[in-house]
Amino acid sequence: MKDMLTPYVTDDGRQIGETLMDMRNITLRFGGVEAIKDISFNIQEGEIRAIIGPNGAGKSSMLNVISGFYNPQEGEVWFRGKKRPPMKPFQVARLGIARTFQNIALFEGMSVLDNVMTGRLNHMNASMFSQALWKGRAEREETENREAVERVIDFLEIQAIRKTPVGRLPYGLKKRVELARALAAEPKLLLLDEPMAGMNVEEKEDMSRFILDVNDEFGTTIALIEHDMGVVMDLSDRVIVMDYGRKIGDGTPHEVRNNQEVIDAYLGVSHD
Amino acid sequence: MSADFLYGIEVIINGLMAGVLYALVALGFVLIFKASGIFNYAQGVMALFAALTLVGIMEGEVPFSHLINAIFGTEIHHFGWEVPALLAILLTLVVMIFFAWAVQHFVFRHLVGQEPIILFMATIGLAYFLEGIGDLMWGSDIKTLALGLPQGGSLWVEDMTSGLGGDDFYGFFIDKLDMVATVVAIVLVTGLILFAQYTKQGRAMRAVADDHQAALSVGISLNFIWVLVWSLAGLVALVAGIMWGAKSGVQFSLSLIALKALPVLMLGGFTSIPGAIVGGLIIGVGEKLFEYMIGPLVGGATENWFAYVLALIFLVFRPQGLFGEKIIERV
Amino acid sequence: MLYREAGDFKTSYEEDSQTFPIAFDRYRYWVVLAFAFLVVPFIINDYWANAIVVPFLIYAIAAIGLNILTGYCGQVSLGTGGFMAVGAYACYKLMTSFPDVSIVIHIILAGGITAAVGAAFGLPSLRIKGFYLAVATLAAQFFLVWLFNKVSWFYNYSASGQINAPERTVFGVPVTGPNTEAWAQYLICLVFVTVCAIVARNLTRGSLGRTWMSIRDMDIAAEIIGVNPLKAKLTAFAVSSFFIGIAGALFFAVYLGAVEVGEAFGIQKSFLVLFMIIIGGLGSIFGSFAGAAFLVVLPVVLKVIGVDLLGWPTDLVAHFQLVIVGALIMFFLIKEPHGLAQLWRLAKEKLRLWPFPY
Repeated sequence: MKDMLTPYVTDDGRQIGETLMDMRNITLRFGGVEAIKDISFNIQEGEIRAIIGPNGAGKSSMLNVISGFYNPQEGEVWFRGKKRPPMKPFQVARLGIARTFQNIALFEGMSVLDNVMTGRLNHMNASMFSQALWKGRAEREETENREAVERVIDFLEIQAIRKTPVGRLPYGLKKRVELARALAAEPKLLLLDEPMAGMNVEEKEDMSRFILDVNDEFGTTIALIEHDMGVVMDLSDRVIVMDYGRKIGDGTPHEVRNNQEVIDAYLGVSHD
Repeated sequence: MSADFLYGIEVIINGLMAGVLYALVALGFVLIFKASGIFNYAQGVMALFAALTLVGIMEGEVPFSHLINAIFGTEIHHFGWEVPALLAILLTLVVMIFFAWAVQHFVFRHLVGQEPIILFMATIGLAYFLEGIGDLMWGSDIKTLALGLPQGGSLWVEDMTSGLGGDDFYGFFIDKLDMVATVVAIVLVTGLILFAQYTKQGRAMRAVADDHQAALSVGISLNFIWVLVWSLAGLVALVAGIMWGAKSGVQFSLSLIALKALPVLMLGGFTSIPGAIVGGLIIGVGEKLFEYMIGPLVGGATENWFAYVLALIFLVFRPQGLFGEKIIERV
Repeated sequence: MLYREAGDFKTSYEEDSQTFPIAFDRYRYWVVLAFAFLVVPFIINDYWANAIVVPFLIYAIAAIGLNILTGYCGQVSLGTGGFMAVGAYACYKLMTSFPDVSIVIHIILAGGITAAVGAAFGLPSLRIKGFYLAVATLAAQFFLVWLFNKVSWFYNYSASGQINAPERTVFGVPVTGPNTEAWAQYLICLVFVTVCAIVARNLTRGSLGRTWMSIRDMDIAAEIIGVNPLKAKLTAFAVSSFFIGIAGALFFAVYLGAVEVGEAFGIQKSFLVLFMIIIGGLGSIFGSFAGAAFLVVLPVVLKVIGVDLLGWPTDLVAHFQLVIVGALIMFFLIKEPHGLAQLWRLAKEKLRLWPFPY
């Protein structure tokens, strides 16, 4: 097992840096139900980190803790070397954490362009007065951010649907627009909740390529939840395996694949 | 006991009685909301419409007589007969059931699956429409509803309680009509609960309230259930219309008083029948007490807004209402 | 000239995001403005000003305001009447307390005061959503009307409980009070409506507008991409109330001249403006104008047909109006939730391709 706290070089030669996010002894309860039980793990800069596990294992809850949607009852969240106090989701977003959702959460009443532009909201701070007159800062910001957004649109190859209302798009494209919105924010850490759920093989290949490219070209750290084992093993540098709210495995895909507890969880043994 | 204290008690009792009427209207809201997710703003106007129709039928008025006169230059207004109260009530119920069917068939069937707020705005449109139809059918002048319900203060209660205070206390003044309303409301609520618990349609209704899709998959006709709940809401509206109409005449303001059912619901939670009742009582007592104690200091007429402000403040601290289920947000 | 975008290429992002990307629309916009400013003032008479044009302009401002809150930010308000009353009474107090200051400044300040009141009543919107909020705004409606009725300071202790607009002038021309001429009334409302519409358009196409729309479409997702929901909702309430306050001030000072609060700014007014944006189109500035025009003209047309032509009694026509408005609301919500504006947009899309069907 590699020493997880220090920088390392992956098999394909990418440099992985210091710890970006450190989750320490996280416990999350809903009433009497413990969705996450005392889990610790870290995410290092430049990594693609996967969280896997059977349905109801607490993967999405974990992502929700990272993105600040749930505040855990116990444990600490460290981000970029600082302890993160309990925060609202929008404050977490401003730290540089963006995400996509398992069930697509796009703004259906707006065009693709406007949706992706919402990803830039935290980069725009013209005063209301300037916006009302559409002069000075507001006008300048609009153009600058439009350029940044167009780069993302080019990158994800969705130029043709720029002005289409999101509601009219097919599922696969919606997923891509959602990724574009998250990327537009230029996040330090990108969270992907089942980015390939419900896609056919071809769409999955496209999406995998985009995820690798994002990681490669922008150096974005990525944490993702995925059910397709082939995809997970191919994409990720390190994998966390969860079952019934506990962490049962953590390591490289190869290590995880040979972990007895993981095999039990997936193939099934009696829990007693 | 001091007279002020006793008058305070009297205010509370009268508040409870008024609260019963609020609860009655609120009940109509809850029925429809539980089964279809529609927040029926028109419930108050339905009460007005039911009362108008009842008076119209009893007095043998010709429906749409103003319109007919205007078009054909005729001078008709009454058929010249009078319908006994009980028969008139039954006929009105038939009209309300027809109304329920029409609402479902022409409006809400086309709005299935829309956002709640769109449905809500549609019911505002429905309220305008129904008010206009009511006026067209029966005219907009104030009518008195003479069902022979007892009126005025109960002397019996006054005699029984006059001994409680000193010489300047003459006993509790309690309107007989309010007492009747309370009894009727209790009977109605009991009936509805029994209906929901023990009949086939009642069970189907609860199934729909729980989950539309699941209900559909076991063979319950959503359309039928929705017509049923609108009819029940029509029945509740009729009862509320009779009580209120007998108290203060059948006129437009009746539908505005019925608006008070909205804060009642916000207190009680939209899905809870006990909530509607308790909420109604709290608002009834609260606004009477507030008017009695604080009203004189600020110029009176606080009943206009007290219920809304109370509900607003309450909601900020408990958004799901007293009896509503706790809202857990998910992504 | 044909309605075409072919050949009308955009070479910069500024050009691409302008209000009227199609040249023909741009020309028409200037023609309409020129007609409204240069021709109408010379031909308008008292009847047209009072019955249609001035109320249309004022309601258009109110509808723009409510559309920002409801159409763009998704928060339904039934307190519009109450907020218009705040604008009217604020304007009255300012007019009578500082008679030397220009009425234009008073009207803008009245909008500012209404914005503050609106933001205060918008505070609960963080916790209360959907129709819960709609009912909660009724609290604003009933409380504010009651307040202006009961506290005599607001109407300067006048015996009637009414407020009356004293005469004020702009460039020496009276715009309020009994000596106001129709064209002056018209022009001051036109200036306000033009500025308000441009400001509203600018606010809704930029980052603030996207913040509002993200809250409208999916508030949880909006929060996770970094929108502060409280700030977004409060700015929507404030900006919306600012416009509604201006509309209230104009309605009182320029249009009616004398106001009794329960009568002029009751709950019916809240519904009227809400209906305007439903019929006109939620989330559309143009729709606010269309809806206001429709609901201002409808009663006049019905009156002309019913009372003047057919000789029906007035109250009968009024009842018909209720039925028609109610039915229209339901019809639009069923058939065309985006209102007249969407019908217009579809017509334009057809026109763009005409004479080819696709």
